[in-house]
Order: sequence, then C-alpha cells, then structure tokens
Amino acid sequence: MKTRHKRMALILVGLAGLAAAAGLVLNALNSNLALYISPSDVLAGNAPKDQTFRLGGVVVEGSMERQDDGLTVHFNVTDNHKTIPVAFTGILPDLFQEGQGVVAQGRMSDGMFKATEVLAKHDENYMPPQVADMLEKGEQAKQSAAGATP
Amino acid sequence: MSDFFAMGGHGFFIWMSFGVTALFMVIEVIAVKRSRQTVLKQLLRLARADLRKAQS
Amino acid sequence: MVSENAIAWYHFSSPKNFYPLAGRLIPWFWGLAVILLVVGLYMSFFVAPTDYKQGESYRIIFVHVPAAWMSMFIYLVMAAYAIIGLTWKLRMAEMMASALAPTGAMFTFLALWTGAFWGKPTWGAYWVWDARLTSELILLFLYIGYMSLQSAIDDPRRAARASALLAIVGVINLPVIYWSVKWWNTLHQGASVSPTMAPKMASIMITTMLVMTFAFWMYTIAVVLMRARRVILERERQTSWVMEMVNADPQAEMKK
Repeated sequence: MKTRHKRMALILVGLAGLAAAAGLVLNALNSNLALYISPSDVLAGNAPKDQTFRLGGVVVEGSMERQDDGLTVHFNVTDNHKTIPVAFTGILPDLFQEGQGVVAQGRMSDGMFKATEVLAKHDENYMPPQVADMLEKGEQAKQSAAGATP
Repeated sequence: MSDFFAMGGHGFFIWMSFGVTALFMVIEVIAVKRSRQTVLKQLLRLARADLRKAQS
Repeated sequence: MVSENAIAWYHFSSPKNFYPLAGRLIPWFWGLAVILLVVGLYMSFFVAPTDYKQGESYRIIFVHVPAAWMSMFIYLVMAAYAIIGLTWKLRMAEMMASALAPTGAMFTFLALWTGAFWGKPTWGAYWVWDARLTSELILLFLYIGYMSLQSAIDDPRRAARASALLAIVGVINLPVIYWSVKWWNTLHQGASVSPTMAPKMASIMITTMLVMTFAFWMYTIAVVLMRARRVILERERQTSWVMEMVNADPQAEMKK
C-alpha cells in the first residue's frame, strides 16, 4: 500500500468516526436534551424517580408566596393541564415573574418540587414599554367589551 | 454619561458582549494583515536567494 | 450575456486573476462595513428603545443575533465552496473555503460568548446544556476540526479534499441549530424573526439588528478576501506569477 493510500484510508476512517460521533450526539440530543419536563409528564410518571431533573412551565398568576424566612418562595408551575407546587430557597433571576416561563432544577418530594436552581425563560417578543402598555390596554378594552355583551 | 455606561444596571453584561466582539474583530484584521506580510517577506527572501544563485 | 458571465467566472476562478480583483474590492467592503457599523452601533444604543421586559440588557441582541446568523451563513458558504472545490477540482474554491473558516469560528465563539452574557441577566445562567446552545457549540467544534484537519495534512490538495468532506458532513448541524428551539424543549426562546411569521419585535429593533447583520456581512467579505490573498500567496508560491509580482514592486505589495 502506498503512503498516499494509507493516508486516504486514515482520513476516511477519521471521517467515519466523526460521522458516528455526530450521530451519537444527535441521538443524545433527541432523547436527553429536552431541557425540561412539563408538569403533565412529571405527574404521568415520566420524570426520573429519586433523581434531579428540570421542570418547566409557566408560573401560575397569584401563586407566588414568600415564606417567613424571607428567602424561601413557593409558587405553582403549570402547563395549562397539570400544576405542580415548587419550593425554592435563593435568589430568583430578574425576569422571574408570575405568568412567565420558568425552568427549575430539583427533585420531587411529597408532591412538591424542591428546586435548587431556578431559571427564567423569556419569550421572543421585544418592544418598547409604551407599546406593551398600549397592547395591554387594548386587551383590557377588548375584555370589558366582551363582558358588556355576553 | 455614567448613566449610559451603567445601562440600567446591566452595563457589565452589555459591555462584555459589545467590547469582546469589537476586540475580536480588530484583532482578526490585524492578524490577517500581519500574516500576509509575513508570507510576502518569506517570498521576497526566497526570490533574492534565487537571484543571488543565478548571478554567482 | 450568459457566455460573457461564464467567461468572467472562469477568468476569476484562476488565483492569478482573483488576487488583484480581491485587492481592488477589499477597500470597498471595508468602507461599507465601517459605515454600517457606525450607523448600527448608534442605532443600538441611541435609537432602539428600551425593552418592556428586559430593560437595557436586550441590546445584546444587536451583536448576538448577527454573530449567530453569520456563524451559520459562513458555514453554508464554506460548505458550498468545498463542494465546488471537490467536484470541479477548483483551487480557488478550495482556498476560499479555508479562508472562510477562521472568521466563521470567530463568529460562532462570539455568538456563544454574547449569549452567555445575555443569559446571565435574563435567564439567570451563563450556560445551560439546551439543544440550541449545544448545537451551536458543536458548530464551533466543526470549525476547529476543519481547521486542524487542514493544518495536519501537509499536501494542500489532499488537505483541501479531506477538510471539504468534513465541512460537507457537518452541514447536517445547521438545520439542527436552526430548528432546535422547535424540536426540543429549550431555555432559549424561539425565533423573533423568520421568513414564515410576522416579526415579534418592534420594527426599529429589527431594522437595527439587520443593519448590524449587514455590517458583519461586509466585514466578513473584507476580512475573508484579505485572508484569501494570503492563502493564494502561500499555495501558489511556486508559480511564476507570484514570483514576478513579488519581485516587481515588493514595497508596494507589502503595504497593501
């Protein structure tokens, strides 16, 4: 075998290895890299038992309660079907808000999700505050109009 | 002025993003320019060596 | 008309003719890049309004999204040159592909970097292993793999062929990056601007982002043409035209 052929073979083997690695990574992405699990899936038993995982959903409006120690917060996370209560001790990210997306890492214990880390998930909408105000007022006007003529 | 740099308390994150981006782009341009000059210098040395060989 | 174009393409696919053409084009792309960058930066900080939810930190989008778009676009162009180089054994296409890689790698790194510094104040973390971030990191590894494969093989033609194969295989990663936010649960938000949907951003914010994107694009063309000229000099050093050019006016050539 000429050195040229040997090198070519080496490169081909390397490329095959790379393709295999890429395939494995993609496969891992497919099964594992759903970053979080929804409350419905958790309650259906699809979350790892006795292991930490990430729970994702929306913080239920009006569910946030600061506990007496001033650091622990309780709130409910929902995917509009099922809801799971969450407890977290620590500093919440700036964008954490009721009605907003959240991803929490932790584990289930006694029907409550004990979070060790809470991340805020924001959406893809960007606009100046004035526009946001106007949109909200428009929404309220629409709702009150709908309420007036049931 | 200092309000501008504070960026509503997010100055650190904003300037780290814009600053490092600008820095990388400037460094890349300088590096590319230099590397072409290095190659040119090598070529010039080669050419002169050839010339001397031809003359002797 | 068509045949004239074909002749022009054929003419400039020769390194000897491409080298001076690139030299003439570079200042124009620099001019465009600088003007667009000045306008884009001014708009980023003084024209674009504060965001209703994120306040000022959202301004990172004006470097983050253009860098991320360029990281993917450059890879696509690089793979296209790789295919052309493989199919027609065109030296100039091989050289363009290798001239694009370092700039692509830089923008990939910058997309990850600015993303980290945007993620911290908004999400609360510099990094999470979500599908968008992970696939963009794989893109960086692809660029690094491409460049190291090229420098590992001494013979430039064989290096070009091997690395072209790698570049083409890696194209799979591009749709994965683009649709990762749809295919998997990610912390990264969905696309604000896409060809199929009404934009989810105020129009002045989109305009600013587009100006910055064009600025990065023009910058890329300018710097890649500069690098292509160096690659040409390196690979064509044995040819008579390079030697003649170097000997003709070395000082002038050095300054350019």
